[in-house]
Amino acid sequence: MNKRQKEKFLNIAVTIFAVIAALLFVMPTILTIANSFMTSTEISANYGAMLENMTEDKKTYISEKVNLKFIPDKVTFDQYKNVLLKNPDYLLKFWNSIALTVPITVFQMLLAILTSYGFSRYPNKFKSIIFFTYIILMIMPYQVTLVPNFLVAEKFNILNTRWAIILPGIFSPFSVFLLSKVMRRIPISYVEAAKLDGASELQILTKIHMPLCKGAIVSIAMLVFIDYWNMVEQPLVLMKDADMHPLSVFLSQINTGDIGLAFAVGTVYMVPTILMFLYGEDYLLEGITYSGGIKG
Amino acid sequence: MKKRKDQCGRKGERIFSNICVMPSLIGVLIFFLIPFGIVVYYSVINNPIMHDFVGIENYKRLIETVAFKKASVNTATFSLISVPLAVILSLWLAVLLERDIPGKSVVRTLFLSPLMVPTASVVLVWQVLFHTNGTLNQIIEMFGGNDIDWMKSAHGQTIIIVMFLWKNMGYNMILFMSALAAIPRDIIEVAKLEGASGWYQFIHIKLRYLSPTILFVLILSLINSFKIFREVYLLTGDYPYDKMYMLQHFMNNTFNSLDYQKLSAAAVLFSLIMIVIIAILLAIENHFGKDVE
Repeated sequence: MNKRQKEKFLNIAVTIFAVIAALLFVMPTILTIANSFMTSTEISANYGAMLENMTEDKKTYISEKVNLKFIPDKVTFDQYKNVLLKNPDYLLKFWNSIALTVPITVFQMLLAILTSYGFSRYPNKFKSIIFFTYIILMIMPYQVTLVPNFLVAEKFNILNTRWAIILPGIFSPFSVFLLSKVMRRIPISYVEAAKLDGASELQILTKIHMPLCKGAIVSIAMLVFIDYWNMVEQPLVLMKDADMHPLSVFLSQINTGDIGLAFAVGTVYMVPTILMFLYGEDYLLEGITYSGGIKG
Repeated sequence: MKKRKDQCGRKGERIFSNICVMPSLIGVLIFFLIPFGIVVYYSVINNPIMHDFVGIENYKRLIETVAFKKASVNTATFSLISVPLAVILSLWLAVLLERDIPGKSVVRTLFLSPLMVPTASVVLVWQVLFHTNGTLNQIIEMFGGNDIDWMKSAHGQTIIIVMFLWKNMGYNMILFMSALAAIPRDIIEVAKLEGASGWYQFIHIKLRYLSPTILFVLILSLINSFKIFREVYLLTGDYPYDKMYMLQHFMNNTFNSLDYQKLSAAAVLFSLIMIVIIAILLAIENHFGKDVE
Protein backbone atom coordinates (compact mmCIF):
# COMPACT_ATOMS: atom_id res chain seq x y z
CA MET A 1 0.00 0.00 0.00
CA ASN A 2 1.60 3.27 -1.02
CA LYS A 3 1.10 6.54 0.74
CA ARG A 4 -1.72 7.73 -1.51
CA GLN A 5 -3.72 4.51 -1.09
CA LYS A 6 -3.18 4.60 2.63
CA GLU A 7 -4.46 8.16 2.74
CA LYS A 8 -7.54 7.20 0.75
CA PHE A 9 -8.24 4.22 2.97
CA LEU A 10 -7.92 6.36 6.09
CA ASN A 11 -10.32 8.90 4.65
CA ILE A 12 -12.94 6.23 4.05
CA ALA A 13 -12.47 4.78 7.53
CA VAL A 14 -12.77 8.21 9.14
CA THR A 15 -15.87 8.98 7.10
CA ILE A 16 -17.60 5.78 8.16
CA PHE A 17 -16.66 6.32 11.78
CA ALA A 18 -17.74 9.97 11.77
CA VAL A 19 -21.10 9.16 10.20
CA ILE A 20 -21.84 6.39 12.71
CA ALA A 21 -20.79 8.56 15.64
CA ALA A 22 -22.82 11.49 14.37
CA LEU A 23 -25.88 9.27 13.98
CA LEU A 24 -25.48 8.09 17.56
CA PHE A 25 -25.45 11.73 18.61
CA VAL A 26 -28.81 12.51 16.99
CA MET A 27 -30.38 9.23 17.98
CA PRO A 28 -31.97 10.36 21.26
CA THR A 29 -33.54 13.32 19.48
CA ILE A 30 -34.80 11.29 16.52
CA LEU A 31 -36.15 8.56 18.81
CA THR A 32 -38.09 11.10 20.84
CA ILE A 33 -39.63 12.60 17.73
CA ALA A 34 -40.41 9.20 16.17
CA ASN A 35 -42.01 7.90 19.33
CA SER A 36 -44.20 10.96 19.62
CA PHE A 37 -46.27 9.59 16.72
CA MET A 38 -47.11 6.31 18.41
CA THR A 39 -50.47 5.43 19.90
CA SER A 40 -50.58 5.24 23.65
CA THR A 41 -51.27 1.48 23.44
CA GLU A 42 -48.08 1.01 21.51
CA ILE A 43 -46.17 3.13 24.00
CA SER A 44 -47.38 1.12 26.95
CA ALA A 45 -46.67 -2.12 25.12
CA ASN A 46 -43.09 -1.02 24.46
CA TYR A 47 -42.24 0.93 27.55
CA GLY A 48 -44.68 -0.55 30.04
CA ALA A 49 -41.89 -2.30 31.86
CA MET A 50 -40.66 1.10 32.99
CA LEU A 51 -44.06 2.05 34.30
CA GLU A 52 -44.17 -1.15 36.28
CA ASN A 53 -41.61 0.14 38.73
CA MET A 54 -43.49 3.32 39.14
CA THR A 55 -47.18 2.50 39.25
CA GLU A 56 -47.97 -0.94 40.56
CA ASP A 57 -51.50 -1.27 39.22
CA LYS A 58 -50.72 -1.14 35.52
CA LYS A 59 -48.61 -4.23 35.11
CA THR A 60 -51.20 -6.61 33.72
CA TYR A 61 -50.90 -6.13 29.97
CA ILE A 62 -47.31 -5.22 29.44
CA SER A 63 -44.23 -7.07 28.32
CA GLU A 64 -41.24 -7.48 30.58
CA LYS A 65 -38.73 -5.87 28.30
CA VAL A 66 -38.47 -2.26 27.36
CA ASN A 67 -38.39 -2.14 23.59
CA LEU A 68 -36.83 0.86 22.00
CA LYS A 69 -38.60 1.40 18.69
CA PHE A 70 -37.74 3.67 15.84
CA ILE A 71 -40.77 3.41 13.62
CA PRO A 72 -44.31 3.51 14.96
CA ASP A 73 -46.69 0.69 13.83
CA LYS A 74 -49.31 3.28 13.16
CA VAL A 75 -48.60 6.96 12.83
CA THR A 76 -51.03 9.05 14.82
CA PHE A 77 -51.24 12.55 16.24
CA ASP A 78 -53.13 11.31 19.32
CA GLN A 79 -50.33 12.25 21.70
CA TYR A 80 -50.25 15.76 20.27
CA LYS A 81 -54.01 16.08 20.50
CA ASN A 82 -53.83 15.06 24.13
CA VAL A 83 -51.00 17.42 24.89
CA LEU A 84 -52.27 20.42 23.02
CA LEU A 85 -56.02 20.13 23.41
CA LYS A 86 -56.93 17.98 26.37
CA ASN A 87 -54.29 18.79 28.93
CA PRO A 88 -53.97 22.52 29.51
CA ASP A 89 -51.33 21.75 32.13
CA TYR A 90 -48.61 21.21 29.55
CA LEU A 91 -49.44 24.35 27.63
CA LEU A 92 -49.41 26.28 30.87
CA LYS A 93 -45.94 24.97 31.70
CA PHE A 94 -44.82 25.75 28.17
CA TRP A 95 -46.05 29.29 28.69
CA ASN A 96 -44.14 29.44 31.97
CA SER A 97 -40.97 28.56 30.08
CA ILE A 98 -41.60 31.34 27.60
CA ALA A 99 -42.48 33.86 30.31
CA LEU A 100 -39.14 33.20 31.98
CA THR A 101 -36.81 32.65 29.05
CA VAL A 102 -37.90 35.40 26.64
CA PRO A 103 -37.61 38.38 29.04
CA ILE A 104 -34.26 37.10 30.32
CA THR A 105 -32.88 36.69 26.81
CA VAL A 106 -34.19 40.02 25.48
CA PHE A 107 -33.14 42.17 28.44
CA GLN A 108 -29.86 40.38 29.02
CA MET A 109 -28.96 41.08 25.39
CA LEU A 110 -30.05 44.74 25.46
CA LEU A 111 -28.05 45.28 28.60
CA ALA A 112 -25.12 43.37 27.15
CA ILE A 113 -25.02 45.60 24.05
CA LEU A 114 -24.88 48.72 26.20
CA THR A 115 -22.41 47.29 28.71
CA SER A 116 -20.10 45.76 26.12
CA TYR A 117 -19.98 49.08 24.31
CA GLY A 118 -18.99 50.72 27.58
CA PHE A 119 -16.29 48.13 28.14
CA SER A 120 -14.90 48.32 24.62
CA ARG A 121 -14.57 52.13 24.49
CA TYR A 122 -11.94 54.04 26.51
CA PRO A 123 -10.62 51.15 28.56
CA ASN A 124 -9.43 52.12 32.04
CA LYS A 125 -8.34 50.46 35.23
CA PHE A 126 -11.77 50.69 36.82
CA LYS A 127 -13.43 48.94 33.89
CA SER A 128 -10.86 46.18 33.70
CA ILE A 129 -11.38 45.42 37.38
CA ILE A 130 -15.16 45.17 36.79
CA PHE A 131 -14.63 43.02 33.73
CA PHE A 132 -12.39 40.67 35.68
CA THR A 133 -15.07 40.44 38.37
CA TYR A 134 -17.59 39.49 35.67
CA ILE A 135 -15.33 36.68 34.46
CA ILE A 136 -15.03 35.30 38.00
CA LEU A 137 -18.79 35.57 38.41
CA MET A 138 -19.36 33.79 35.10
CA ILE A 139 -17.22 30.89 36.24
CA MET A 140 -19.24 30.41 39.43
CA PRO A 141 -21.67 27.49 39.25
CA TYR A 142 -25.29 27.70 40.41
CA GLN A 143 -24.30 26.03 43.64
CA VAL A 144 -22.57 29.31 44.48
CA THR A 145 -24.74 32.00 42.84
CA LEU A 146 -28.13 30.62 43.86
CA VAL A 147 -27.44 31.35 47.51
CA PRO A 148 -27.00 35.13 47.02
CA ASN A 149 -29.90 35.10 44.54
CA PHE A 150 -32.08 33.46 47.14
CA LEU A 151 -31.14 36.00 49.81
CA VAL A 152 -31.94 38.95 47.52
CA ALA A 153 -35.23 37.42 46.41
CA GLU A 154 -36.18 36.93 50.03
CA LYS A 155 -35.19 40.50 50.93
CA PHE A 156 -37.18 42.01 48.04
CA ASN A 157 -40.12 39.70 48.67
CA ILE A 158 -40.02 38.27 45.17
CA LEU A 159 -39.33 34.70 46.19
CA ASN A 160 -41.81 32.35 44.46
CA THR A 161 -42.45 34.87 41.70
CA ARG A 162 -40.98 34.93 38.20
CA TRP A 163 -38.91 37.99 39.13
CA ALA A 164 -36.76 35.87 41.41
CA ILE A 165 -35.44 34.11 38.31
CA ILE A 166 -35.76 36.85 35.70
CA LEU A 167 -33.87 39.64 37.50
CA PRO A 168 -30.66 37.74 38.28
CA GLY A 169 -30.97 36.23 34.78
CA ILE A 170 -30.95 39.67 33.15
CA PHE A 171 -27.79 40.69 35.00
CA SER A 172 -25.96 37.44 34.38
CA PRO A 173 -22.61 38.48 32.86
CA PHE A 174 -22.26 35.69 30.29
CA SER A 175 -23.38 37.70 27.26
CA VAL A 176 -21.46 40.82 28.36
CA PHE A 177 -18.30 38.77 28.42
CA LEU A 178 -18.77 37.35 24.92
CA LEU A 179 -20.03 40.52 23.29
CA SER A 180 -17.27 42.68 24.79
CA LYS A 181 -14.71 40.43 23.19
CA VAL A 182 -16.38 40.87 19.82
CA MET A 183 -16.76 44.64 20.15
CA ARG A 184 -13.12 45.08 21.11
CA ARG A 185 -12.17 43.68 17.72
CA ILE A 186 -13.90 46.49 15.84
CA PRO A 187 -11.09 48.54 14.28
CA ILE A 188 -10.70 51.92 15.95
CA SER A 189 -10.42 53.53 12.48
CA TYR A 190 -14.16 52.90 11.91
CA VAL A 191 -14.99 54.81 15.05
CA GLU A 192 -12.60 57.64 14.21
CA ALA A 193 -14.04 58.00 10.73
CA ALA A 194 -17.55 58.21 12.16
CA LYS A 195 -16.42 60.82 14.67
CA LEU A 196 -14.90 62.95 11.92
CA ASP A 197 -18.31 62.87 10.30
CA GLY A 198 -19.72 64.23 13.54
CA ALA A 199 -21.30 61.08 14.95
CA SER A 200 -22.15 61.13 18.65
CA GLU A 201 -21.22 58.26 20.97
CA LEU A 202 -24.78 56.99 20.87
CA GLN A 203 -24.71 57.03 17.09
CA ILE A 204 -21.43 55.13 17.06
CA LEU A 205 -23.11 52.48 19.18
CA THR A 206 -26.24 52.20 17.04
CA LYS A 207 -24.73 52.82 13.60
CA ILE A 208 -21.36 51.08 13.87
CA HIS A 209 -21.09 48.66 16.76
CA MET A 210 -24.57 47.17 16.58
CA PRO A 211 -24.67 46.47 12.83
CA LEU A 212 -21.13 45.09 12.87
CA CYS A 213 -21.97 42.78 15.76
CA LYS A 214 -25.33 41.64 14.45
CA GLY A 215 -24.17 38.07 13.91
CA ALA A 216 -22.56 37.90 17.33
CA ILE A 217 -25.66 39.36 19.01
CA VAL A 218 -27.92 36.77 17.36
CA SER A 219 -25.63 33.90 18.21
CA ILE A 220 -25.11 34.93 21.83
CA ALA A 221 -28.88 35.41 22.21
CA MET A 222 -29.33 31.83 20.99
CA LEU A 223 -26.86 30.51 23.54
CA VAL A 224 -28.56 32.47 26.32
CA PHE A 225 -32.00 31.29 25.22
CA ILE A 226 -31.10 27.61 25.14
CA ASP A 227 -29.40 27.83 28.51
CA TYR A 228 -32.50 29.26 30.19
CA TRP A 229 -34.91 27.09 28.17
CA ASN A 230 -33.09 24.20 29.82
CA MET A 231 -33.27 25.62 33.35
CA VAL A 232 -33.85 23.32 36.29
CA GLU A 233 -31.81 24.60 39.23
CA GLN A 234 -33.30 28.09 39.59
CA PRO A 235 -37.03 27.16 39.65
CA LEU A 236 -36.41 24.37 42.15
CA VAL A 237 -34.72 26.75 44.56
CA LEU A 238 -36.47 30.05 43.89
CA MET A 239 -40.04 28.91 43.15
CA LYS A 240 -41.75 26.58 45.54
CA ASP A 241 -45.04 26.67 43.64
CA ALA A 242 -44.90 23.83 41.10
CA ASP A 243 -47.65 25.43 39.00
CA MET A 244 -45.22 28.14 38.02
CA HIS A 245 -42.42 25.79 37.06
CA PRO A 246 -41.26 25.78 33.44
CA LEU A 247 -41.76 22.70 31.31
CA SER A 248 -38.07 21.80 31.65
CA VAL A 249 -38.69 20.97 35.30
CA PHE A 250 -42.22 19.65 34.88
CA LEU A 251 -41.14 17.10 32.26
CA SER A 252 -39.38 15.05 34.91
CA GLN A 253 -42.74 14.51 36.57
CA ILE A 254 -44.59 13.56 33.39
CA ASN A 255 -41.96 11.06 32.50
CA THR A 256 -42.86 8.97 35.49
CA GLY A 257 -46.60 9.39 35.14
CA ASP A 258 -48.06 10.00 31.72
CA ILE A 259 -45.60 8.07 29.62
CA GLY A 260 -47.99 8.00 26.66
CA LEU A 261 -47.68 11.75 26.31
CA ALA A 262 -44.12 12.34 27.31
CA PHE A 263 -42.60 11.94 23.86
CA ALA A 264 -44.99 14.44 22.32
CA VAL A 265 -44.43 16.94 25.13
CA GLY A 266 -40.68 16.50 24.76
CA THR A 267 -40.94 17.08 21.03
CA VAL A 268 -43.07 20.18 21.46
CA TYR A 269 -40.56 21.51 23.93
CA MET A 270 -37.65 21.15 21.54
CA VAL A 271 -39.42 22.87 18.63
CA PRO A 272 -38.31 26.46 19.45
CA THR A 273 -34.67 25.55 19.96
CA ILE A 274 -34.53 23.18 17.00
CA LEU A 275 -36.02 25.88 14.75
CA MET A 276 -33.43 28.33 16.02
CA PHE A 277 -30.73 25.81 15.30
CA LEU A 278 -31.94 25.13 11.77
CA TYR A 279 -32.28 28.79 10.89
CA GLY A 280 -29.32 30.13 12.80
CA GLU A 281 -26.71 27.40 12.68
CA ASP A 282 -24.17 29.59 10.94
CA TYR A 283 -24.67 32.31 13.53
CA LEU A 284 -24.36 29.75 16.28
CA LEU A 285 -21.09 28.41 14.87
CA GLU A 286 -19.81 31.97 14.68
CA GLY A 287 -20.90 32.64 18.26
CA ILE A 288 -19.19 29.53 19.58
CA THR A 289 -16.03 30.51 17.77
CA TYR A 290 -16.09 33.95 19.41
CA SER A 291 -16.42 32.39 22.81
CA GLY A 292 -13.08 30.60 22.45
CA GLY A 293 -10.19 31.91 24.53
CA ILE A 294 -10.67 33.64 27.86
CA LYS A 295 -8.07 36.26 27.09
CA GLY A 296 -8.69 36.83 23.39
CA MET B 1 -10.30 77.16 21.35
CA LYS B 2 -10.99 74.28 19.05
CA LYS B 3 -8.62 72.09 20.96
CA ARG B 4 -10.37 72.79 24.22
CA LYS B 5 -13.73 71.89 22.78
CA ASP B 6 -12.28 68.65 21.54
CA GLN B 7 -11.05 67.74 24.99
CA CYS B 8 -14.43 68.60 26.43
CA GLY B 9 -16.04 66.30 23.92
CA ARG B 10 -13.65 63.50 24.78
CA LYS B 11 -14.39 63.90 28.42
CA GLY B 12 -18.10 63.62 27.68
CA GLU B 13 -17.46 60.52 25.61
CA ARG B 14 -15.45 58.94 28.37
CA ILE B 15 -18.25 59.64 30.79
CA PHE B 16 -20.77 58.20 28.35
CA SER B 17 -18.80 54.97 28.05
CA ASN B 18 -18.63 54.75 31.84
CA ILE B 19 -22.37 55.37 32.12
CA CYS B 20 -22.99 52.50 29.69
CA VAL B 21 -21.43 50.08 32.16
CA MET B 22 -23.42 51.38 35.13
CA PRO B 23 -26.83 49.67 34.75
CA SER B 24 -25.19 46.29 34.47
CA LEU B 25 -22.79 47.01 37.31
CA ILE B 26 -25.62 48.11 39.59
CA GLY B 27 -27.58 44.94 38.80
CA VAL B 28 -24.57 42.74 39.38
CA LEU B 29 -23.88 44.50 42.67
CA ILE B 30 -27.48 44.09 43.85
CA PHE B 31 -28.08 40.54 42.71
CA PHE B 32 -24.66 38.96 43.03
CA LEU B 33 -21.84 40.86 44.70
CA ILE B 34 -23.46 42.52 47.71
CA PRO B 35 -25.54 39.44 48.62
CA PHE B 36 -22.41 37.35 48.20
CA GLY B 37 -20.78 39.58 50.79
CA ILE B 38 -23.74 38.79 53.05
CA VAL B 39 -23.26 35.10 52.29
CA VAL B 40 -19.65 35.36 53.42
CA TYR B 41 -20.85 37.13 56.58
CA TYR B 42 -23.54 34.50 57.22
CA SER B 43 -20.94 31.79 56.92
CA VAL B 44 -19.06 33.06 59.98
CA ILE B 45 -21.95 33.90 62.36
CA ASN B 46 -24.11 31.56 64.40
CA ASN B 47 -27.53 32.70 63.15
CA PRO B 48 -29.16 35.71 61.45
CA ILE B 49 -30.80 36.82 64.71
CA MET B 50 -27.93 36.67 67.19
CA HIS B 51 -25.13 37.63 64.75
CA ASP B 52 -22.47 36.10 66.98
CA PHE B 53 -19.14 35.55 65.29
CA VAL B 54 -18.25 31.88 65.32
CA GLY B 55 -15.25 31.73 62.98
CA ILE B 56 -14.98 28.51 61.04
CA GLU B 57 -17.62 26.72 63.13
CA ASN B 58 -20.13 26.57 60.23
CA TYR B 59 -17.46 25.25 57.90
CA LYS B 60 -16.59 22.52 60.38
CA ARG B 61 -20.26 21.63 60.69
CA LEU B 62 -20.57 21.55 56.92
CA ILE B 63 -17.57 19.31 56.36
CA GLU B 64 -18.79 16.91 59.01
CA THR B 65 -22.19 16.56 57.30
CA VAL B 66 -22.42 13.10 55.73
CA ALA B 67 -24.60 14.29 52.84
CA PHE B 68 -22.12 17.06 52.01
CA LYS B 69 -19.24 14.61 51.95
CA LYS B 70 -21.12 12.27 49.69
CA ALA B 71 -22.22 15.07 47.37
CA SER B 72 -18.68 16.48 47.17
CA VAL B 73 -17.12 13.12 46.44
CA ASN B 74 -19.70 12.32 43.76
CA THR B 75 -19.43 15.74 42.14
CA ALA B 76 -15.62 15.69 42.23
CA THR B 77 -15.49 12.16 40.81
CA PHE B 78 -17.87 13.09 38.06
CA SER B 79 -15.96 16.25 37.10
CA LEU B 80 -12.56 14.56 37.29
CA ILE B 81 -13.66 11.87 34.83
CA SER B 82 -16.02 13.72 32.55
CA VAL B 83 -14.09 16.97 32.03
CA PRO B 84 -10.84 15.43 30.73
CA LEU B 85 -12.90 13.01 28.62
CA ALA B 86 -14.89 15.89 27.14
CA VAL B 87 -11.68 17.74 26.26
CA ILE B 88 -9.76 14.79 24.83
CA LEU B 89 -12.61 13.22 22.88
CA SER B 90 -13.76 16.47 21.31
CA LEU B 91 -10.19 17.40 20.36
CA TRP B 92 -9.79 13.98 18.82
CA LEU B 93 -13.01 14.41 16.85
CA ALA B 94 -11.92 17.85 15.67
CA VAL B 95 -8.59 16.45 14.46
CA LEU B 96 -10.40 13.60 12.67
CA LEU B 97 -12.70 16.08 10.95
CA GLU B 98 -9.70 18.06 9.70
CA ARG B 99 -9.57 15.49 6.93
CA ASP B 100 -11.33 16.27 3.75
CA ILE B 101 -14.26 13.92 4.13
CA PRO B 102 -17.58 14.13 2.31
CA GLY B 103 -20.54 15.53 4.24
CA LYS B 104 -18.29 17.16 6.82
CA SER B 105 -20.66 20.03 7.57
CA VAL B 106 -23.60 17.66 8.06
CA VAL B 107 -21.57 15.57 10.47
CA ARG B 108 -20.57 18.73 12.33
CA THR B 109 -24.22 19.81 12.55
CA LEU B 110 -25.25 16.42 13.93
CA PHE B 111 -22.54 16.54 16.58
CA LEU B 112 -23.64 20.01 17.62
CA SER B 113 -27.36 19.23 17.67
CA PRO B 114 -27.53 17.96 21.30
CA LEU B 115 -26.61 21.47 22.44
CA MET B 116 -29.89 22.75 21.05
CA VAL B 117 -32.08 19.93 22.35
CA PRO B 118 -33.43 20.53 25.87
CA THR B 119 -32.33 17.71 28.14
CA ALA B 120 -35.86 17.39 29.45
CA SER B 121 -37.12 16.52 25.95
CA VAL B 122 -34.98 13.45 25.50
CA VAL B 123 -34.61 12.22 29.04
CA LEU B 124 -37.14 9.45 28.44
CA VAL B 125 -34.95 7.93 25.75
CA TRP B 126 -32.06 7.82 28.18
CA GLN B 127 -34.28 6.14 30.73
CA VAL B 128 -35.27 3.52 28.18
CA LEU B 129 -31.64 2.94 27.21
CA PHE B 130 -30.41 2.48 30.77
CA HIS B 131 -33.41 0.72 32.31
CA THR B 132 -32.72 -2.67 33.94
CA ASN B 133 -34.77 -4.32 31.20
CA GLY B 134 -33.77 -1.64 28.74
CA THR B 135 -32.01 -1.50 25.42
CA LEU B 136 -28.43 -1.46 26.63
CA ASN B 137 -28.92 -4.48 28.87
CA GLN B 138 -30.63 -6.34 26.04
CA ILE B 139 -27.57 -5.71 23.88
CA ILE B 140 -25.32 -6.88 26.70
CA GLU B 141 -27.42 -10.04 27.07
CA MET B 142 -27.22 -10.66 23.34
CA PHE B 143 -23.46 -10.91 23.72
CA GLY B 144 -23.85 -13.17 26.71
CA GLY B 145 -23.16 -10.60 29.42
CA ASN B 146 -25.03 -10.01 32.64
CA ASP B 147 -27.60 -7.30 33.23
CA ILE B 148 -26.33 -4.16 34.87
CA ASP B 149 -28.50 -2.13 37.16
CA TRP B 150 -27.31 1.15 35.66
CA MET B 151 -29.32 3.62 37.65
CA LYS B 152 -29.00 2.14 41.09
CA SER B 153 -25.40 0.96 41.16
CA ALA B 154 -21.99 2.58 40.85
CA HIS B 155 -22.74 2.70 37.11
CA GLY B 156 -25.01 5.65 37.77
CA GLN B 157 -21.98 7.82 37.12
CA THR B 158 -21.49 6.16 33.73
CA ILE B 159 -24.96 7.25 32.62
CA ILE B 160 -24.42 10.87 33.51
CA ILE B 161 -20.94 10.91 31.98
CA VAL B 162 -22.44 9.65 28.71
CA MET B 163 -25.19 12.27 28.88
CA PHE B 164 -22.65 14.99 29.65
CA LEU B 165 -20.43 14.04 26.72
CA TRP B 166 -23.45 13.85 24.44
CA LYS B 167 -24.49 17.37 25.32
CA ASN B 168 -21.11 19.10 25.43
CA MET B 169 -18.80 17.46 22.92
CA GLY B 170 -20.25 19.25 19.89
CA TYR B 171 -19.60 22.71 21.31
CA ASN B 172 -16.07 21.80 22.35
CA MET B 173 -15.40 20.23 18.97
CA ILE B 174 -16.42 23.42 17.15
CA LEU B 175 -14.04 25.43 19.33
CA PHE B 176 -11.19 23.05 18.55
CA MET B 177 -12.02 23.00 14.85
CA SER B 178 -11.83 26.78 14.59
CA ALA B 179 -8.61 26.83 16.59
CA LEU B 180 -7.09 24.16 14.33
CA ALA B 181 -8.09 26.16 11.27
CA ALA B 182 -6.33 29.22 12.69
CA ILE B 183 -2.92 27.53 12.94
CA PRO B 184 -0.64 29.15 10.32
CA ARG B 185 -0.48 26.77 7.35
CA ASP B 186 3.14 27.56 6.48
CA ILE B 187 4.42 26.14 9.76
CA ILE B 188 2.66 22.85 9.08
CA GLU B 189 3.94 22.85 5.49
CA VAL B 190 7.54 23.37 6.63
CA ALA B 191 7.16 20.56 9.16
CA LYS B 192 5.83 18.27 6.43
CA LEU B 193 8.73 19.14 4.13
CA GLU B 194 11.14 18.40 6.94
CA GLY B 195 9.53 14.98 7.17
CA ALA B 196 7.71 15.38 10.49
CA SER B 197 5.15 12.66 11.09
CA GLY B 198 1.49 13.49 11.68
CA TRP B 199 1.87 12.63 15.33
CA TYR B 200 4.97 14.83 15.68
CA GLN B 201 3.16 17.71 14.00
CA PHE B 202 0.28 17.27 16.40
CA ILE B 203 2.32 17.13 19.61
CA HIS B 204 4.95 19.73 18.83
CA ILE B 205 3.11 22.23 16.68
CA LYS B 206 -0.65 21.98 16.85
CA LEU B 207 -0.91 21.29 20.56
CA ARG B 208 1.19 24.41 21.23
CA TYR B 209 -1.12 26.59 19.21
CA LEU B 210 -4.16 24.94 20.72
CA SER B 211 -3.13 25.46 24.33
CA PRO B 212 -5.29 28.60 24.93
CA THR B 213 -8.29 26.80 23.42
CA ILE B 214 -7.60 23.69 25.49
CA LEU B 215 -7.58 25.85 28.60
CA PHE B 216 -10.82 27.51 27.58
CA VAL B 217 -12.56 24.22 26.77
CA LEU B 218 -11.30 22.80 30.05
CA ILE B 219 -12.80 25.70 32.04
CA LEU B 220 -16.02 25.63 30.02
CA SER B 221 -16.43 21.88 30.51
CA LEU B 222 -15.70 22.27 34.21
CA ILE B 223 -18.44 24.91 34.53
CA ASN B 224 -20.82 22.72 32.56
CA SER B 225 -19.97 19.68 34.65
CA PHE B 226 -21.57 21.40 37.65
CA LYS B 227 -24.80 21.64 35.68
CA ILE B 228 -25.10 17.84 35.52
CA PHE B 229 -27.67 18.10 38.29
CA ARG B 230 -30.22 18.85 35.56
CA GLU B 231 -29.71 15.50 33.95
CA VAL B 232 -29.72 13.69 37.27
CA TYR B 233 -32.85 15.48 38.43
CA LEU B 234 -34.70 14.72 35.23
CA LEU B 235 -33.62 11.09 35.33
CA THR B 236 -34.28 10.36 38.96
CA GLY B 237 -36.15 13.25 40.58
CA ASP B 238 -35.45 14.61 44.03
CA TYR B 239 -34.04 11.42 45.47
CA PRO B 240 -31.33 9.95 43.27
CA TYR B 241 -29.40 6.81 44.07
CA ASP B 242 -26.23 7.09 46.04
CA LYS B 243 -23.70 7.67 43.29
CA MET B 244 -25.72 10.39 41.63
CA TYR B 245 -26.29 12.53 44.69
CA MET B 246 -24.65 15.80 43.59
CA LEU B 247 -23.75 19.06 45.31
CA GLN B 248 -26.85 20.75 43.91
CA HIS B 249 -29.00 18.07 45.58
CA PHE B 250 -27.31 18.89 48.85
CA MET B 251 -27.85 22.61 48.28
CA ASN B 252 -31.54 22.08 47.48
CA ASN B 253 -32.05 20.03 50.62
CA THR B 254 -30.25 22.64 52.69
CA PHE B 255 -32.40 25.38 51.12
CA ASN B 256 -35.45 23.39 52.16
CA SER B 257 -34.27 23.12 55.73
CA LEU B 258 -33.40 26.86 55.70
CA ASP B 259 -29.99 26.26 57.24
CA TYR B 260 -28.49 29.53 55.94
CA GLN B 261 -25.24 29.10 57.80
CA LYS B 262 -24.44 25.76 56.24
CA LEU B 263 -25.65 26.96 52.87
CA SER B 264 -23.45 30.05 53.02
CA ALA B 265 -20.44 28.07 54.14
CA ALA B 266 -20.96 25.66 51.24
CA ALA B 267 -21.25 28.49 48.70
CA VAL B 268 -18.14 30.28 49.99
CA LEU B 269 -16.13 27.07 50.12
CA PHE B 270 -17.18 26.12 46.61
CA SER B 271 -16.37 29.56 45.21
CA LEU B 272 -12.90 29.42 46.78
CA ILE B 273 -12.28 25.99 45.28
CA MET B 274 -13.36 27.28 41.85
CA ILE B 275 -11.02 30.28 42.08
CA VAL B 276 -8.10 28.07 43.07
CA ILE B 277 -8.76 25.63 40.22
CA ILE B 278 -9.03 28.41 37.64
CA ALA B 279 -5.89 30.12 38.96
CA ILE B 280 -3.96 26.86 38.68
CA LEU B 281 -5.23 26.29 35.13
CA LEU B 282 -4.29 29.84 34.10
CA ALA B 283 -0.83 29.43 35.62
CA ILE B 284 -0.30 26.18 33.73
CA GLU B 285 -1.41 27.77 30.49
CA ASN B 286 0.88 30.75 31.02
CA HIS B 287 3.75 28.37 31.54
CA PHE B 288 3.14 26.31 28.40
CA GLY B 289 1.56 28.76 26.02
CA LYS B 290 3.75 31.83 26.31
CA ASP B 291 6.20 31.07 23.51
CA VAL B 292 3.52 30.87 20.82
CA GLU B 293 1.65 34.11 21.27
